[in-house]
Parts: sequence; C-alpha cells; structure tokens
Amino acid sequence: MPRKRLDLTFPPRQATKPVTYHLVKDFDLVPNILRAQIHPGQEGRMVLEVTGRKEDFEAGVAFLESEGIVVKPAATDICLDEEKCVLCGLCTAVCRPGALTLNGRGDELVFDKDKCVYCEACVVACPRRAITLSF
Amino acid sequence: MAKTWDEINERIVSGAAVVLTAEEFAELAAGVGVSEAAARVDVVTTGTFGPMCSSGVMLNFGHSDPPIRMSRITLNDVEAYGGLAAVDTYLGVTQQSSTRGIEYGGAHVIEDLLAGKAVRLRAWSSGTDCYPRTEIDTWVRLQDLNQAYFFNPRNAYQNYAVAVNSSERVLHTYMGTLLPHLGNATYCSAGALSPLLNDPTYRTIGVGSRIFVAGAPGFVAWEGTQHNPNQQRDEHGVPLAPAGTLAVIADMKRASTRFFAAASMTGYGVSAFVGIGVPIPVLDEEIAATLALTDADISATVFDYGVQRRSRPALGQVTYAELRSGTIEVQGKKVPTGPISSRAKAREIAAELKRWIAEERFTLAEPLKPLPQPGEQGVKPLEIRSEEAI
Ligand code: SF4
Ligand code: SF4
Repeated sequence: MPRKRLDLTFPPRQATKPVTYHLVKDFDLVPNILRAQIHPGQEGRMVLEVTGRKEDFEAGVAFLESEGIVVKPAATDICLDEEKCVLCGLCTAVCRPGALTLNGRGDELVFDKDKCVYCEACVVACPRRAITLSF
Repeated sequence: MAKTWDEINERIVSGAAVVLTAEEFAELAAGVGVSEAAARVDVVTTGTFGPMCSSGVMLNFGHSDPPIRMSRITLNDVEAYGGLAAVDTYLGVTQQSSTRGIEYGGAHVIEDLLAGKAVRLRAWSSGTDCYPRTEIDTWVRLQDLNQAYFFNPRNAYQNYAVAVNSSERVLHTYMGTLLPHLGNATYCSAGALSPLLNDPTYRTIGVGSRIFVAGAPGFVAWEGTQHNPNQQRDEHGVPLAPAGTLAVIADMKRASTRFFAAASMTGYGVSAFVGIGVPIPVLDEEIAATLALTDADISATVFDYGVQRRSRPALGQVTYAELRSGTIEVQGKKVPTGPISSRAKAREIAAELKRWIAEERFTLAEPLKPLPQPGEQGVKPLEIRSEEAI
C-alpha cells in the first residue's frame, strides 16, 4: 500500500481535534506521527506518515482540509550546503534514526534517505545552518 | 638518540626534516616501534577544530577626521568592547547581534571580515576636545584596518568532557542537543590528533611556541584561562578530563575562512570553530611514546549534563576509539555518540602545518617559559560570598 508524508498545520482552534483517530476509524488509514507540536489554543504542526489505499488517502486529506487544517506534502529530502558544513558531526549526534552519519574517518557526511523521518532535529542542531529540508 | 631544537630547526631550514602528522606517526610507530620512529622523524604535527568560545580579535580602525574616541562600538550590530583607546577594540566571538540574536554574532563578523566582506562600523562618544566627533557610521574591510589579530584567551583544550543527559527533558548546551534519558552522547576533542594530548605534560608547548591559528602562523601567548594541569591522568600522563589550555595570538590578516567558522548553537548562543595546530619536535623516545598514542589509548570522562551544577556527576570513562565507533556504554545502556569537533578539519590542519614546515621552512620555537606544570596550579571555583565574609 502506498505511503505518503504529510505536513499538517493546525489553526489555533482546531489543535484539540482527534484527527488521527478519524483517519484510522473513518478512512482506514494508518498514520505514523513523525513529529508533533500541538498545544491547545495555539497553532500546531504535525508531520504524519500515512499508509493506505489511494481513495482512502484522498478522502482523508479532504477530511483534514474540511477541518481547517492546512495539508502540505512533507519534506522528502534534506539539502546540505557543503560550503558551510565543517564536518563537525553535531547533526549526527541528534539524528536518532541514524540517517546522518560521518563515514569511517569522518571525512564525509552521509545521508541515508530511507532512514530519515524528517524530524528536523539536524536542521536545528547544525551550528553552521548548513542543513535545510527540501521537497 | 635525543635531538635538540637546534638540530631539528637546521634540518627544517635545509629541507631535510622528516615531518609526519600525529596519525601518520602513530601508524609508523605501530609498524617499526617507538624508538625507530623517534629516530626517523623530526617533527609531528597536530590539529584541532572545535567550537572555542573564548576567542576574539583585537582591531584598530585608524582615525577619522575629525577624530572620535569610540566608547560604544558595533560591527554589523554586534557590540565590540568600547573600553580601550580611541579606535582600538576587542570583538569576542560569543557577542550576539542586537538585531539578529544568535543567528549572527562576533564570530560571524570575524568570518565576514576574513571572507573579504565589508562590515558596518558604528560608534558613539560623548566627544572631547581632542576627539570632538560624537558619532560615526561607516564601512570597513579587513584590509582597511591597521591591526587585526586574534587574541584567544582559551583554545585547544587538553581533552574534553563527554556529555550525556540523564534528565527527563531535552537540553540545548554548548555540547549540542542532549537527548533525555541518556539518549545520546557528544564529545569534543580531536583525540589522537589533538595538540595538548600529544604533549601531555607540556614539555615542548609553552609561551612563545610557534603554532597554527585559524590558518595563520601565530604563537602561544600564555597559558589559557582555566588551565588545569592537575586533572587526573592515566599511565601515559594523559589527562582523563579537561586539563590544560592555550592562549593564542595570530595575525588575522593571514587567517582563512577554511580554518575559522562561526557557529550558532541553538538554545545556547554564538561560538566559533577555530583551527589550532601545534608542531611537536620529536626530541626523545619519551615524547615519541605519547605521540604514538592512538584514539584507543586516550580516554575521556562521561559527565551528566542533566545535573545543572558546577560539579556534574562523572559516569565513567570511555576511549576515543569507542566514541568514534558510534556507541558507548553508559550505566549499562548503549548510547549513540556524535562528535562536535571536526576530525576532518583537524586532519586538514595537521597536514597544512606539515606542509608549512616541510615546504615553507616553518621552524619551531623553543618555549620562552613553560606552561604551569602538574602540581603547580589548579582551577579555583567562584564562591558566592558577601563583602563581610571575605
Ligand atoms: S530530519 Fe531527523 S531523521 Fe532526518 S536526517 Fe535530520 S535528524 Fe535525522
Ligand atoms: S552539524 Fe552542520 S556543519 Fe556539522 S556536520 Fe552536520 S551539517 Fe555539517
């Protein structure tokens, strides 16, 4: 079954709705929350990986949008500015899934796209601001 | 087979000196033995490239007409010290921009100057008879300044802590982001390539040593601040936790953005990666023995940054080889590791310094005064007390 990553922005009032419950129950989708920052009464953001059939996926997205949630495709790649990168390795220290690693002698920063969950921890941690998420 | 400083310098000047990086020397020694390696090699180069907050530059702008005695000074909105002579200032790397916060600070101004960019200089003064001007707003480039030199009060830490976090929450520290429940460990040393780990008891590195600073030839100016030779040491005399430090000085006009890079540590502030390289003469077998140590022979202490006190609990020791393997064990738990100090850059610095010595005949300077030795002085804490109690 196809899997897609979505980047959801919740307007302040909608932030308390149990939308993932509805995605499962009403649309037969399997959501996996990669990142969530939801505070009642404030704008929230959630990065979801959704597995399900195409029709269900489309209906699910339509439901989210009808709830006032802004749905965008989530980042699918990271972009590394090699001019800025000093190969310090700080980003590898926060990458829990192990998508970013320094190779054997520390001379090369390797990105394994399959392992990345687009949590943005590396973006925040890089002291050179050398990493940006891209689509 | 002991060699003298003069003999080594003569070999450098005549182009006959054998120079290896610390990594190359360790490999050679592993193959032919320490004494043979000591006989064959004259100089070993070291390098390190990590965030070093205690860094900055002295600048002299020259006089405007009419002149100003600058007492409040900003460079691209970053405050520089206004308590020196009329047009002298010190800009520290950690000073933050008043308009851009930690995204731009003293380190970024220095990086921009090194890159040849113009920087906006603004200064204010109350005006005096000899310095009537009260305000100035202009642009300067590195080449326009009279003097511009690094004076870094504390660089090249001899070993450093391994940081973990036992607390419940994410910590943003100068050691990077520390995940809760021992979720990761960060470390910040060039290990076997690190200058002061290759001369653990400061036999060859002292005041006046000629070194590499941010791509420029420079000097050890003094012991660094918080220099602590009394740290616990292993059987080779190598400290197991942060110990000695160097205060360094070098001409900024000869430095390069290749070896100096501004850093913004989220949740902490601005700092700068500074490249430091120190050449070590292979005077005798004792020196050669410590130069031959590898990451597997050098250990650091794991400290719990989750306890926000001066003395953080130590949770054991690990070798740099273990740290570089990607996981260490702390309190029975496998913890992923990540470095903060760039080994690739440290290697580049050691190689560049090797080239200076071999090709540019960069000679070594015997220290004018040794750094404080083990047993001489330690580090004092700052106690909070009242005037009456002192
Ligand atoms: S976004 Fe997260 S998972 Fe992906 S590389 Fe960065 S830290 Fe690793
Ligand atoms: S944290 Fe930034 S500078 Fe350091 S290795 Fe990662 S991308 Fe490069």
